[in-house]
Amino acid sequence: MSSDLLKADIDAINAPYWKGLMEGRLLFQRCSGGHAWLPARALCPTCLSKEWQWQAAAGNGRILSWVIYHHAYHPAFKERLPYNVALVQLEEGPRLLTNILASNDALAPDLAVRLAIDTSAAQPLATFELEDSKPPVAVSA
Amino acid sequence: MQLDRTMRGKYVIAGVGHTAFGKLGLDTVTLNVQACAAALADAGVEKGAVDALFLKVPTSNREILYGQKVAEGLGIQPRWGGAWDQGGAANITLIAMAMMAIDTGQCEIALVSYADNPRSGSAAVYGRPRGNDSLYGWFSTAAGYGMIHRRHVIEHATPPEAFAAIAMAARRHGAGNPHAQLRSPLSQEAYMQSPFVVDPLRRDDCCLVSDGGAAVVVMSAERARSLRVDHAVPILGLGSGQTSWELAARETLTSTEAVRSGAIAFEMAGMQPSDIDVAQLYDCFTITPLMTLEDYGFCRKGEVADFVAGGRIEYGGDLPINTSGGLLSETGMPGMQLIIEGVRQIRGIARLQVRGANACVVSNQGGTMHTHATLILGS
Repeated sequence: MSSDLLKADIDAINAPYWKGLMEGRLLFQRCSGGHAWLPARALCPTCLSKEWQWQAAAGNGRILSWVIYHHAYHPAFKERLPYNVALVQLEEGPRLLTNILASNDALAPDLAVRLAIDTSAAQPLATFELEDSKPPVAVSA
Repeated sequence: MQLDRTMRGKYVIAGVGHTAFGKLGLDTVTLNVQACAAALADAGVEKGAVDALFLKVPTSNREILYGQKVAEGLGIQPRWGGAWDQGGAANITLIAMAMMAIDTGQCEIALVSYADNPRSGSAAVYGRPRGNDSLYGWFSTAAGYGMIHRRHVIEHATPPEAFAAIAMAARRHGAGNPHAQLRSPLSQEAYMQSPFVVDPLRRDDCCLVSDGGAAVVVMSAERARSLRVDHAVPILGLGSGQTSWELAARETLTSTEAVRSGAIAFEMAGMQPSDIDVAQLYDCFTITPLMTLEDYGFCRKGEVADFVAGGRIEYGGDLPINTSGGLLSETGMPGMQLIIEGVRQIRGIARLQVRGANACVVSNQGGTMHTHATLILGS
């Protein structure tokens, strides 16, 4: 297995995003014009503004769509089959691809999900769990 | 924007050609050269008359200055050309670019060609990690289409029978095509039992992986007449559209650039979907032609399941699609084979010839529905 493939490609623009995940926070960018986005960019993709700040998501989202992999395109995911990748919309607007830490059978459209970052992982990821599966995880803003 | 409708019918596809499809063990330059030679022979044009060579980059195997390698293999020195990267929409886009280059007097006779060899080379591109999202296991071309497929089902309750109808039509039409790579017909029961690749996509929702090449010759209708080209097929309409947003950032997953692209092509042709006799719709996955039918206006958004039911899109139905088998049966090559089948239908020589076919719409689509191009051919 080439583990290199599964390392985040971190650069000067997106480094705060990945650092945020290490600290248990999901950061996105918002410009002075009010546009919010992911993934990290040097300029707002809506108004090309350079005036933007990182903001922490409150951690609430909903599932727009999802897929279940029945084939591992990389050895690192073989043991996780069948695993899900979901498209989640944050209440602040940005959308991201993520994993829902729940049974694949429990996934449903528009289901509320809650950010659940495993900060003990070598590379923490912005994963989610179902809103009603357990009490909300404390996420510091 | 003022569309130049005088371009309607001013340019033609004067010749078409293709290689075998399947596992060929040949490099892509050779396949392009073979396809171009076949297209020139079909048009009855000497290679020395070609002054433009437009290529789509081989998806699985990219090379620097690729256009020059193919031109060298053909022994031609075109004024215009190169390799264009727009995913599967590139073939129709390149026909449009050839037409515009000819119209401005920059060249006279253009070859537009595509070849790739992922079957005997590497198909890794189709399973590639998608940037940093690969840390979540986000790999492959199929997964993005799976995400769109499920969202269509969520918003419109699209039944599995609608997806099956696309696959069954392609497989039925390809079954008797001696060039088709997958010639076994598909029943609805077999579709429903087909294993998931990336749920909701089943194996039979996914196009083939194929080696092959295909090419067309583009010139003015006037030039075709002076060269006494037989069976030149007029280009009535062309259109393009691109959303550059990746899946996650896209406002909607259930509408595509087929809307903009199709509207321009139909306006240029002075036609409506009801004028179309036969359609060749890019079918990389079964969701793609379903959404293309909606977005071109053959039916309303969310009503495509009814539209494709009852054999309407099969040979003998009101709007046969992908009459040589499409990407799901003939060859997984991204799009040029659909243009060639459109040409055959208008010439009246298709294997499954639609009687009185006067207008054929062809769709090309690239990326994860990022790019779209529409071509309307007619007699």
